[in-house]
Amino acid sequence: MAIQIGSAMISAPVKLAPNEYKSEIKPIWCPGCGDFGVLSSFYKAVSELGIPPEQMVVVSGIGCSGRFPAFVEAYGFHGVHGRALPLATGVKLANPDLVVCAVGGDGDIFSIGAGHLPHAARRNIDITVIVLDNEIYGLTKGQPSPTSPFGMERKASPYGSIDRPINPIMLALTYGATFVARGFSSRPKETTELIKQGIMHKGFSFIQVYSPCVTFFDTYAHFKEVTAPLPADHDRSSLKAAMEQAMDARTLKLGVFYEEIGPSYEDSVRELRERAMAKPFDLQKLMAAFRV
Amino acid sequence: MTKDDLVIRIGGESGEGIVTTGEVFARIAAFTGLDIYTVRTIPAEIKGGHVMFQLRTAPHRIYSQGDELNMLLAFNQEGYDKHHALLRPDGLLVYNSNELTPPDDGRMHFGLPLNELARQIDFMRGKNIIAIGALVKFFDLPYEKARQVVETHLGRKGGELLRQNLVALETGYKYVAEHGYEEPPFHLEGPARERDNRLVISGNQALSLGALAAGCTFYAGYPITPASDIMEFLAAQLPKVGGTMIQAEDEIAALAMAIGASFTGARAMTATSGPGLALMIELLGHATATETPVVVVDVQRAGPSTGMPTKVSQGDLRLAMYAANDDAARFCVAPVSVEDCFYQTINAFNLAEKYQLPVVLLSDQDMSVRMETIPPFDMSRALIEPRLLANLDGNGRGKYERYALTESGISPMSLPGMRGGQYTAEGLTHVPSGAPDYTPEWHRAMMEKRFQKLRSARPDIQRWRMLEEWGDEDAELGIIGWGSTIGPVREAMEMARAHGIKSAAIYPKCITPLPDEELRLFIAKHPTVLVPELNYTGQFAHVLRARYKQDFIRLNKYEGVPFLASEVFEKIKEIHMTMERSLFMSIPIKEMV
Repeated sequence: MAIQIGSAMISAPVKLAPNEYKSEIKPIWCPGCGDFGVLSSFYKAVSELGIPPEQMVVVSGIGCSGRFPAFVEAYGFHGVHGRALPLATGVKLANPDLVVCAVGGDGDIFSIGAGHLPHAARRNIDITVIVLDNEIYGLTKGQPSPTSPFGMERKASPYGSIDRPINPIMLALTYGATFVARGFSSRPKETTELIKQGIMHKGFSFIQVYSPCVTFFDTYAHFKEVTAPLPADHDRSSLKAAMEQAMDARTLKLGVFYEEIGPSYEDSVRELRERAMAKPFDLQKLMAAFRV
Repeated sequence: MTKDDLVIRIGGESGEGIVTTGEVFARIAAFTGLDIYTVRTIPAEIKGGHVMFQLRTAPHRIYSQGDELNMLLAFNQEGYDKHHALLRPDGLLVYNSNELTPPDDGRMHFGLPLNELARQIDFMRGKNIIAIGALVKFFDLPYEKARQVVETHLGRKGGELLRQNLVALETGYKYVAEHGYEEPPFHLEGPARERDNRLVISGNQALSLGALAAGCTFYAGYPITPASDIMEFLAAQLPKVGGTMIQAEDEIAALAMAIGASFTGARAMTATSGPGLALMIELLGHATATETPVVVVDVQRAGPSTGMPTKVSQGDLRLAMYAANDDAARFCVAPVSVEDCFYQTINAFNLAEKYQLPVVLLSDQDMSVRMETIPPFDMSRALIEPRLLANLDGNGRGKYERYALTESGISPMSLPGMRGGQYTAEGLTHVPSGAPDYTPEWHRAMMEKRFQKLRSARPDIQRWRMLEEWGDEDAELGIIGWGSTIGPVREAMEMARAHGIKSAAIYPKCITPLPDEELRLFIAKHPTVLVPELNYTGQFAHVLRARYKQDFIRLNKYEGVPFLASEVFEKIKEIHMTMERSLFMSIPIKEMV
């Protein structure tokens, strides 16, 4: 029985336990890293959706998060720093029947690769991007990132960081992402649900997950204190309501801020192709058009 | 007077339709059976600035732009000032007499009141079409053929614009006939061919057709002069074959998308110019490390930095061959002509796919925009080499090894969707399964595996004739070149032969890996070797010197314009004279030139 996952048509869902989505490669993250929680939620989400491993591609950039694809029993692409989104775009465009997820950190997606986020979002290409946000550069041993708090003292900011942090949810909303959500690695059940919904959403899904770095910026206690679920009556179809919730600086809301149902990039590509194919392609004829 | 070859240059202000004048007139010449070869320089700005268009036309195949002008058509004072020095003493100057009054210099002059004529027919925008009519008369081309070309290219049938254009064409033609040139000053004896199979085409068009013939299904690009029209061409065609063209947000994204598409099995390409290639370098190395096939076209322009976006250079050779962090095995392919752009693009795709490595295809601005008459493409040379895919049993898990070590270096590749073929394409040093691994042995093994593929490809590079060699076997002087300098070099060698100087030439079209066997033999046969290049440092000469441990004589031009045949010929003459003197004085030539 074929099922539709986002824009991808999956021939038959499989029944695999979350454990069976674990690859043979063991994660190399520091014990206690928030990324473990997100990875478990990811295993659970794809298991519950029944995605066949061969029809899923997980793309990443560089950073602690970059190792994510190798830990998943699926096709993976470990790219260069910042380029997970355009790599994933190429994968999805060339084979829309693949379920494509891009995984990156705050440095990857919001700094070096920040130029790609608005374009992936505005195209509304059906990929799910999961940002493992630890508010620091962990792999390079603790420099401030675009989401680090103002005043953060590290070796690269010995007098306290004087760069102000960005608001990722507001950015994603502004860029036109059609699914915008936020989770916290210490809340695995909710995070699993967000990933499931993000993958099922047809179009560009943006999921920011707070994923604390135990070694260089342990924010577990902080996020436990300042996060709270979105109000039960939050209207996820309202961009204005989503913006208001995203602007709340005192309580960091968790859940789906926004979802817009509509055609995705794949639909437009298909429609464009159909129009183009109305006239059959003939290379000989095309070449003959250049005759003297 | 009857000639066997004519060169006309048109100069004027951007926005006056200079390029249209030139291109339509070139098409008319081609349509009457003549061969054409154009060159143009336009300002990088959209409006304003000087435009030059040059057409060489002859009843035989042409290989270069032509050195001297038989006719100069100056739309304004600048058009005269910039170019009149190149007009032959027996040449004809045609000028817009409403814009300028050139001094009497003893050459033939003809004033064409373009503004006035345009006003008379109430079609001020039609000055350039009037000029085309005049040119048709000057060159004694059949008016009927000219009319047909204008009908095909300058307006819709029955439309007002076409009607006006036809009136303008006739106005120019008649004006020349009635004002002193009832007998045209030039006549080219055209071959008596009726409508034939030759193509009028530019390098970028030939390259785009080559990509389609090679089975390209995915293109991602970012606008950049002079590569953008490849993207525009494929935007129209790729959806028709079920493929995709996407305009990316920058060149880095363009290559990333192409790599991502190729990962799923698509034959993927991107095209750019030097500044874009510079941005792509990190990902180019990544395509090497992950062994992902991809074709990256660099239509070279003059640099560094923004340089001259609309002018030619061969300055990206080093960038294309070597730029990478650490050593990255890749192919580098260099077509030599408009026609060759078609075949080398096919070869580039086949090398990329068969050997699972990135290929940089080096075209240049001169080749990319110039229109040329060429023979129809030989589709028997358009064979598609498929990628070697993994043969999976369908339920295996963990056994498939994406980067398995093999004798050829090529590992069978699985594609997403293939059950049991799951792996992670890995930019970190890895073991055959793709799992990251930093041990010295594996780093060494994977580096060697990738470079082995360049060696494994040698028989294909020979079989696909990625080389041109011609000239006198017994010549003392040999020329080794690459890319579009081949045309002027070919003609310079003919000039030399007419002066009793023998020479031979070899043009490898695969620059990485170089055809060592053939080049070593060539160098052995021709002890004095000249390497002409359109760059300052002699990038190719450096490569040759490093590889064959010998010094070569260089000829370098770095002005943004192609070699003239005469410039190469002068160098050949100089070398020849030195050779004779050195024989007499027994001093190595290298120390004298």
